[in-house]
Amino acid sequence: MTTNQTASHSLVLSRPLPAIYRWLGDKIFLTVAVTLGLSIIFLAGAMAWVLINDGSLAFREFGVIGFLTGTTWDPGVNFTFGALPFIFGTVVTSVVALALAFFPAVAVAIVIAEYAYGWLAKIIETLVHLIAAIPSVVVGIWGIFVFAPWMREKVYMPIFMWAAESQPSLLPILGNPIGYGMTTATIILALMIVPFTTALTRNAIRQVPKEQREAARALGATRWEVIRMAVLPYARGGILAGAILSLGRAVGETMAVAMLIGNKNTFPFSIMGPAATMPSVIINEFREAVGNLHLSSLMAIGLVLFVIAIVVNLIAAYITRKLAITGGQGI
Amino acid sequence: MNINVLFKKKKPKEDKMSPDFQPQEPDLLYREIHMNGSPPIRMEAKNLTVKYGTVTGVKNVSLPVYNEKVTALIGPSGCGKTTFLRALNRMHDLTPNAKVTGEVLLDGNNIYAPRVNPVTIRRKVGMVFQKPTPFPTMSIYDNVVAGLKLVGIRNKAFLNEVCEKALRQAALWDEVKDRLGSPGGSISGGQQQRLSIARALAIEPEVILMDEPTSSLDPLSSSKIEDLINDLKKKYAIVIVTHNMQQAARVSDNTGFFYVGDLVEFGPTDKLFTNPSHKRTEEYLTGKFG
Repeated sequence: MTTNQTASHSLVLSRPLPAIYRWLGDKIFLTVAVTLGLSIIFLAGAMAWVLINDGSLAFREFGVIGFLTGTTWDPGVNFTFGALPFIFGTVVTSVVALALAFFPAVAVAIVIAEYAYGWLAKIIETLVHLIAAIPSVVVGIWGIFVFAPWMREKVYMPIFMWAAESQPSLLPILGNPIGYGMTTATIILALMIVPFTTALTRNAIRQVPKEQREAARALGATRWEVIRMAVLPYARGGILAGAILSLGRAVGETMAVAMLIGNKNTFPFSIMGPAATMPSVIINEFREAVGNLHLSSLMAIGLVLFVIAIVVNLIAAYITRKLAITGGQGI
Repeated sequence: MNINVLFKKKKPKEDKMSPDFQPQEPDLLYREIHMNGSPPIRMEAKNLTVKYGTVTGVKNVSLPVYNEKVTALIGPSGCGKTTFLRALNRMHDLTPNAKVTGEVLLDGNNIYAPRVNPVTIRRKVGMVFQKPTPFPTMSIYDNVVAGLKLVGIRNKAFLNEVCEKALRQAALWDEVKDRLGSPGGSISGGQQQRLSIARALAIEPEVILMDEPTSSLDPLSSSKIEDLINDLKKKYAIVIVTHNMQQAARVSDNTGFFYVGDLVEFGPTDKLFTNPSHKRTEEYLTGKFG
């Protein structure tokens, strides 16, 4: 062993490269890497600058607070723009979608990582990934032609009929049972983030050291008890961060939501009735935006979305760091 | 309070679903040894073979574990001593391609017999690992009583009592009694290992398996663990895997020497270390290989 090492060492040392080559290679690599690395920062900065610059007109016109809390979006007559309906729509749809998706996703991840045999786990995992690979617009069109009509016939109409007969006071809260609305969009959104949450949760579970599982086993824990006692507590940081990242995903999801939410730009929103989110209003109106103020308002909404996405990701990073379990040095 | 009473009262459902350890006709050898008044055998491996796929980890090993004695397993790395140890509480059940043949008798009953629930076995045969494995999100207190909570014991007074007793047995009580609520990962490595031992003791096992329990610790913590082993053997049967021969000589009563999956020699520690009957053992002990 030792003699081998010495031999190979002397072989390398016997014919060193001319210093100029090594120096040049280093320099070229460093330049390329640093340029590409810094360009990411530049790109993000440039995007933020464009959004701020183009959105500034709307912010000047209505004030930052006024724009964020304004409830009227009227591009036709009064040219008054307020973002609150869309912020509200985005927050409600994505938070509820995450709430719907979280437990099924964690359950699927546990099955993949802990319960299923190798081949079965692979099949389930592949199927989950396939769901993630379906283009958003395909999910949307399925929603339009299959899911929304089905929801209208089987869910919204019966509820609506019942409310109309016995609880008329509920009607404004429930809204129009046209099939395209907040609930439909939220359910589709939940379906779309399940694969994402599942993959992140599974990764967090896979990172739990074998020793932790074995320690629980050695205490006489059954399979489920091992998961409850050793796996989930250890992975909790990763699972939570994964959930938050999924939330970020849901916030930004555009196409399927725009196709299914019904696109109603003004309050009040109702449970079954149409509504709108920040991405959906941008995609629906950017081509018809005639006035500068309208375009600027859409840009301003884009900026709000940008900031929300960054904040959500920062929160996820913070949770990961805060709840990370480092080798026996406390939590 | 006798802990076994509590074990039986709780969790009747568990018993129904997975039949408890079925008493069988005690093995003849086991009975004979009892009658002759030799030290009772707590556990015994008989022709135990462990295979990982096509690789044989342990070949046809038979070895007794005496009650209230420390049995040390020594040998060079990869010789199968840890593989053998893990077969004693069915930890190989977790390894997908591991296959165990032969018998391991616990008080005369084969733990590999069909219908034996490995969960029950692991409650009777506790284990301490190479690295300290406290559950980092649980408090020290919860770590110690984790095994008891698993079997459904919720009686606070009893849990407190067991926690203190186990921590005292593990010589950790004085160091942590004021901060039982702090996380299990917040204490030093040596303390964490004693916490892992306390956790294993809290469920009152019959046999304690230790897989190189001091290999990740500093000399001072190691000597504390060794003192602890000397204390614990008054009550338990202990099997310890170690690659430190001085440690084996210090703490054990019997020693088994493994080499490439075979048990080359087994006997009283002083005899094996001073007058080994196999050439391989002698070579290993004198440092000719390994």
